[in-house]
Amino acid sequence: MTEEKVTTVNTQFDVERIRKDFPVLHQSVHGKSLVYLDNAATTQKPQQVIDVLSDYYKGYNSNIHRGVHILSQKATDEYEKARVKVQHFLNAPKTKEVIFVRGTTEGINLVANSYGRKFINEGDEIIVSEMEHHSNIVPWQMLCEVTGAKLRVIPVNDNGELIMDEYRNLLNEKTKFVSVVHASNTLGTENPVEEITRLAHEVGAKVLIDGAQAVQHFKVDVQAIGCDFYVFSGHKLYGPTGIGALWGREELLLQMPPWQGGGDMIVSVTFDRTIYNELPYKFEGGTPNIADTIGLGYAIDYVNGIGLDAIRAYESELYRYMEQSFNAIEGVTLIGNAAHKSSVFSFKLEGVHPHDVGTIMDMEGVAIRTGHMCTQPIMKRFGVPALSRASIGFYNTKEDIDRAAAAIKKVIEVFA
Amino acid sequence: MNDELKEIYQQVILDHNKSPRNFRKIEIPSHHSEGLNPLCGDHVWVYLDVADGVINDISFEGNGCAISKSSASIMTAELKGKTVMEAEKLFHQFHDLVTGKLTDEEVIEEMGKLGIFQGVRDFPVRVKCASLPWHTMHAALHNQDTAVSTE
Repeated sequence: MTEEKVTTVNTQFDVERIRKDFPVLHQSVHGKSLVYLDNAATTQKPQQVIDVLSDYYKGYNSNIHRGVHILSQKATDEYEKARVKVQHFLNAPKTKEVIFVRGTTEGINLVANSYGRKFINEGDEIIVSEMEHHSNIVPWQMLCEVTGAKLRVIPVNDNGELIMDEYRNLLNEKTKFVSVVHASNTLGTENPVEEITRLAHEVGAKVLIDGAQAVQHFKVDVQAIGCDFYVFSGHKLYGPTGIGALWGREELLLQMPPWQGGGDMIVSVTFDRTIYNELPYKFEGGTPNIADTIGLGYAIDYVNGIGLDAIRAYESELYRYMEQSFNAIEGVTLIGNAAHKSSVFSFKLEGVHPHDVGTIMDMEGVAIRTGHMCTQPIMKRFGVPALSRASIGFYNTKEDIDRAAAAIKKVIEVFA
Repeated sequence: MNDELKEIYQQVILDHNKSPRNFRKIEIPSHHSEGLNPLCGDHVWVYLDVADGVINDISFEGNGCAISKSSASIMTAELKGKTVMEAEKLFHQFHDLVTGKLTDEEVIEEMGKLGIFQGVRDFPVRVKCASLPWHTMHAALHNQDTAVSTE
């Protein structure tokens, strides 16, 4: 009997208990209690993560990897523990394959600059998709300018899904790299990254998956995907800003030149010759963002504590509720109807510009994102200058959705 | 509607948003310019027909939020028939109005319909929406035909 109790999975998602961990949620804006639905832009931080940052600065702030003193040892241990946490979080084969970066943007830039400049040449082709964030377009365009390679784009269908047949047509022996988003920040679409990777590998191309909108919503396993690089940001994973991680295959990372030179990334320096440090330090020049890296590790602990399967189940249900509520409002048009999507609801509101939607909803205490969301090509694809987007996190509730729906109705009332 | 919201979304603003005045192209303008707010995607073109220092005609095209559209509409209505010198003065006054620097009630009163944009000062992220058409008009008068950007 007792044993059965232990093994029983608790399917009750205790959102009220979780909400208690997030101080920022408990405030009023414009005289109304805050409803935060801008989680795709950034998530709020639990007290546990906030405390870790404070503990570090109060208790053992010091530089890592070089001091012999006790504070430096503790900081180094905590910093390196975060690397192991990221490794396990992504199910990466090796700890040294995890490189800390400022965020997804820096991770992609690292790969484009280091791998790209060494292995991509004139006439080669790089494939991205139409639904990419600017951070997964511009670094590749910059690389193309330097190398003379060509950027090719996988188009998106009316539901906001990648047209896989078009992708198959784009792949050829000139394709050297495929860089695709795991889950779209604008459309919410979750892409078939395993298949994308498999097809790219058939022509010998390497694959990077942008996980900025994925890791906080569902379990990611880089070995199951089979990709060569995976990138994500800490601040969208309930962790601090300014920290993220790049995972790359060891054999590729070994062949790649360092991107930024400096301290910590060397074994020895003379004016004749510098010997670079081993992985992952080769790619971590300069004093890193120690506090936030440690904070990221604890954010991963926090998310694991709830469990990504439980998060997935809860958020999917909440998303369905949001979709039903918003779609029932006359004048609302959802952009992004992919079969596989969750957490993001981007919409047009008949006759009202998204910025006016955002301002009025804000006055109702509801925080959403409005604008082009750093995905101008997809805005163009759907013929809109901008959109309004509500995006959920695991601390959101059905009451939040009701408040947001009421706020949308308020917008309609103002503009009637 | 609460008071701040009433301030920014006044009936006049909503009316001009719905039926903007001078929303057309001047086929042969003496001055024209393009304005862009990359943050929100507001995009406006302003055309002027100026002769002997007088704005005989002014119009705009583009897309944007209610604030930017109504601001452009009211701007064109107010500037038609005015001298370039007067437009220059109003440009600076309008800028001061929406950024909260202009508080002199008498001056605001003199600005007529433009005064309703005072409410925007309480919404810092929306100041650019109201001022974009004015910056575009200003750039056009100064013969800057490259796109004005609020960023």
